[in-house]
Order: sequence, then C-alpha cells, then structure tokens
Amino acid sequence: MSARSDVAVQARGLVKTFGATRAVDGIDLTVPAGSIYGLLGPNGAGKTTLTRMLATLTRPDAGLARVLGYDLGSEADAIRARVSLTGQFASVDEDLTGWENLVLLGRLLGYGRAQAKARADELLDAFGLSDATNRQVHKYSGGMRRRLDIAASIVVTPELIFLDEPTTGLDPRSRNQVREIVRALAAGGCTVLLTTQYLDEADQLTERIAVIDRGKVIAEGTSSELKASVGSGVLKVRLTVAEQRTAAADLLTRTLQSPAHLEPDPGMLSTQAGGPVRAAEALSELTRAGIELTDFTFGQPSLDEAFLALTGQPATTKAAS
Amino acid sequence: MTAITAPEPTLDLTPRGAIATTQRPARASALSTSLTFSWRALLKIKHVPEQLGDVVGIPIIFTLLFTYLFGGALAGSTGHYLQFLLPGSLVMAVLMVSMYAGVGLNTDVTKGVFDRFRTLPIWRPSMIVGALLGDACRYLIASALVLALGIAMGYRPAGGAFGVLSAVALLLVFAFGLGWLWSTLGLLMRTPSALMNMAMLVLFPLTFASNVFVDPRTLPGWLHGFVDSNPITHLVTADRALMDGTATTAQISWVLIASAALTAVFAPLTMRIFRNKQ
Repeated sequence: MSARSDVAVQARGLVKTFGATRAVDGIDLTVPAGSIYGLLGPNGAGKTTLTRMLATLTRPDAGLARVLGYDLGSEADAIRARVSLTGQFASVDEDLTGWENLVLLGRLLGYGRAQAKARADELLDAFGLSDATNRQVHKYSGGMRRRLDIAASIVVTPELIFLDEPTTGLDPRSRNQVREIVRALAAGGCTVLLTTQYLDEADQLTERIAVIDRGKVIAEGTSSELKASVGSGVLKVRLTVAEQRTAAADLLTRTLQSPAHLEPDPGMLSTQAGGPVRAAEALSELTRAGIELTDFTFGQPSLDEAFLALTGQPATTKAAS
Repeated sequence: MTAITAPEPTLDLTPRGAIATTQRPARASALSTSLTFSWRALLKIKHVPEQLGDVVGIPIIFTLLFTYLFGGALAGSTGHYLQFLLPGSLVMAVLMVSMYAGVGLNTDVTKGVFDRFRTLPIWRPSMIVGALLGDACRYLIASALVLALGIAMGYRPAGGAFGVLSAVALLLVFAFGLGWLWSTLGLLMRTPSALMNMAMLVLFPLTFASNVFVDPRTLPGWLHGFVDSNPITHLVTADRALMDGTATTAQISWVLIASAALTAVFAPLTMRIFRNKQ
C-alpha cells in the first residue's frame, strides 16, 4: 500500500464528450482509500465513461484527477501499475482456457514462468474454478466467467480495483458469490470502486455512494444519508374508497403542510410527514373526517424511492454531503 | 452454460487467502511481454486452428485450379506452369493469412480483453509486436501447406532448400511489415468481418493484377505499367528468383525496403490510434 494518500480517488471537474453528448459533465469525486465505493445510476448515466477515465483508458476532455496520489494525466503508468479494471464485458480472452488467461496476465505483470503458473493455480482454487482450469472461457457459465474476470484483476493485488457492473446479468446465486468476493477484496485492504444500477447492491455492499445521472453527480453520501436527504419520513396510506382520494389529499396537505402525491394505485397517497408524531396526527384527522384506510406505512424512503426522487428532479436536489 | 443447473455443493471461495499471498513482482521487460503476447498468439492457433483453414484454402484451390485448368494453355504444360505459379501461390497464401493480424486485433478491441491489456503497466506496443511475432507461426504453417502441395504436384525448386527457405524468410519479413497496415485497419474498422471483407477487396485485385498467375509481358501496355508498380509483383519476383536460384540483390532489397517502409509508416500510426482509442 502506498503511503502517499488515504484518498484513493480525487477528481475535480472531469468532463468527457462524445460528439454532442456530454457523457461525463463535470464530475467531482472523492473515494476514501480502503472502502467499497458505489457509483449508482441508470444506463447511460456516465458511470462506465467515468470508470474508464479513472482507469486510464479514456482521456478526459477537461478536469483533473489523482488516483492513489498519482496524476491521471502525467503519471498514467504509475496508476496502471496499481489499479485493475474488470469491465462490463468479459475482460478475458474467451478462446483461451481460464488457466492460460491467468498465466498470461501473470507473465505480463512480471512473474517468472513458475510463479505465474503457481499464481494461476492458486487463484483458480480460491475462486472455485479449479474444475474448469483447462476449459476454454467461452464454455464457462456467466458466473464462472465473472469470477475468472475478477481473479484476473487480482493476479497482482491492486491497490484500487474498478468493477464495472460486476453482477449485471448474473443469476442470484452467482451474484451473491461475486458480492462475497467484493467484500473479501475490501477486507484484504483493496479499495473497490464499483458501478451498479441495482439499488439493493449499492445499499448492501458499499460504504459510500455517488448517484450519477446524465453525466453529473446528483447526490453523494452513505446510503442512509441519501435516504434521509430525500425526506425524513414518508407516510403512505391506502383508502378503502378510492373516490375519497381528492378529499384525503386536501386534508393531508393541510394538516402536514406538505403536498400529498397521488400514487399510481388509485387508492393510494403519499406525503412527507416529517416525524412519527405528526404522521399519527394526520392519520387521526383522516379518521375524524370519515375517510377509512385499509392500511398505511410510515418510514424512511427506500433507496429506490430516494433514487427516483433524486433522478426525477436533479435541479432542485440537495446533495447529502 | 451448463454449470449452474447441477446442485453443486456450496463453492469454497477463499479469495481472501488469494489476496494476502501476493507480492508485487518487478515490471516485465518489453521483450518479455512481447514474447508473452506471441505465446498467446500460438495458443490461439492451438485453440482455433480453423482460422487458418479459411484463408489458406483459397491459395490451395487456386493452385490446383490454375495448374490443371489453365496450366497447359498458359505455359504449354501443367508442369511448366506449376514451376512458374508455385512461388506466387506461396506469396498469396501468406498475404491472405497476414490479414488475421488485423482481424485478431479487431476482435480483441470489440471484446473487453483489449481494455484489460491496456490497463497493464507494460510497454504498450508489445501487445501488437507480440501478436505479429506469433503470426510468424501461422505464416510458416501456411507456407508449409502450399509447398507440400506444390511438391506433391511435381514442383521442383531450382534454388534448392536454401532458396525455398530464403524465399519464406523474405516473405515473413514482408508480412511483418504488412501486419502493421492490417493492425491500423484493425483498430479503425468496426467489426472483424468488415475488416476481412475489405482486406479481400484489396488483396484479390492486387493479387490478380500482379505476376502471380501470368507473365505481365503479354498484358496491354497500361495494365503492364500497373502490374509493374504493384508491390505484390516485386515480392513475387524476388521470391520466384530465390526459389529459382537466380535472385539479385536489387530484387531482395526492394522487398526489404518496402517492408521497412510499411513498418515505418504504419507502426507509429497504429500505436497512435492505439493510445487514443477511447
């Protein structure tokens, strides 16, 4: 581990345009060393472009970044020696066997013949691939390929590993295996920067999250900070008689001084209640007015809701940090 | 895709152990990484040998067709014609195979493995240099196939084994230079098949409008002029002369200079595109 920095990635104003599209549109990012950091965003948000820039694959059009303390522009080779990237598509040679892929990378990274072979065996073993040692990678299942892909990224343990949507397209079991591996990497002292479009994955796996939409970071923080930034508590009610919804919405808006939203379900309403006491008051107001409920929920918004709220109104959203 | 269905026991994943044990080795030398990439090219020949068959098939069929169909008419006897044709077939075979330098690179680019290699702390041209060195093995196999066919059909090189081996060696040098041109195109074209189509479109007319199949002296003046300036003509002339044992320094130098020129132009161009590839 380099002592140069306890910040793994420090980026300021990164921009990348492809023709008329600003794929990355002025991104600032600070990734603490030793953490699992998530870039969360929908398809086309700019996550992959940002990752590729930080991994030295794509040159930024503007902005500065230091990766592990080294300047992205002038010290790319030093960065390459310390990071590795597992791309969205298998970054291994599908014509070769799993073993050959790992030996190839071991040799390229400077291991001697015998060391490279021993390292390949060790990794295949550690990732549960020793049965598939001599099988060509195009015959691997999706989960096996992903595991080999990640193994290929740690032939020499990197200080920072970029994982671009590591679980996309995997069945739930393989997804869990990959998540286990990611946790193990972090436990081994490696900083992990992963992109995902799965909210539960960001929620479970990462310590901090940057929400990215249309090339910009629209929110940053821990998952609970992000949830809290959207609202302190959401009250959702379902009415027995759907026709009473307009009346109920008026009443809730008046009582809580916060606009009530009509949900897609014709009998449902949601609103920011502020706290449990006020939520209880609002509920009893509804009962007093003769509006019957079948059920209600009150609580922190899910990251899902936070995400929709954030990406739905990027201009008015305040970042959590 | 079969591995998931069986009720496998819980996988014993121990990546934590695999992380702890590594030490960072010293940076690999340019020579070592180039050789490693040529090892990869050899592994590709082993795993995907049919790639070779596609392109060597054409020169072999042409050798058979031209010798037995037109040989008598063109040179008086099939045996005479084969003596003239075979060095040309050899050149054609290796040139056809050489386009795989671009196809292989293009395949890497369209898959993610190119990104993996580009994030390695290595001398960057080694990926392409190594592939081109590995291709030499392909060229040798293609040459051996065509020569074996020719000898079976009755071809006898007047220049002997030495003549044949020098002809193959000269051809390899030229193919290495030409490989850089294919590499440039391999980085520019969108798909491997688009590249192959284009390579065929370039190679076929150039091969026919050369001295591979016929002696250009019988051609109309304007075409004669074109054939004489065609680089394939010069390559075939030098190889034919080597195999006949009559090569001159000028003939060989022409090919060596052309190979050096191809490398001087297309190697830096390839690396420039390689670096700026998004």
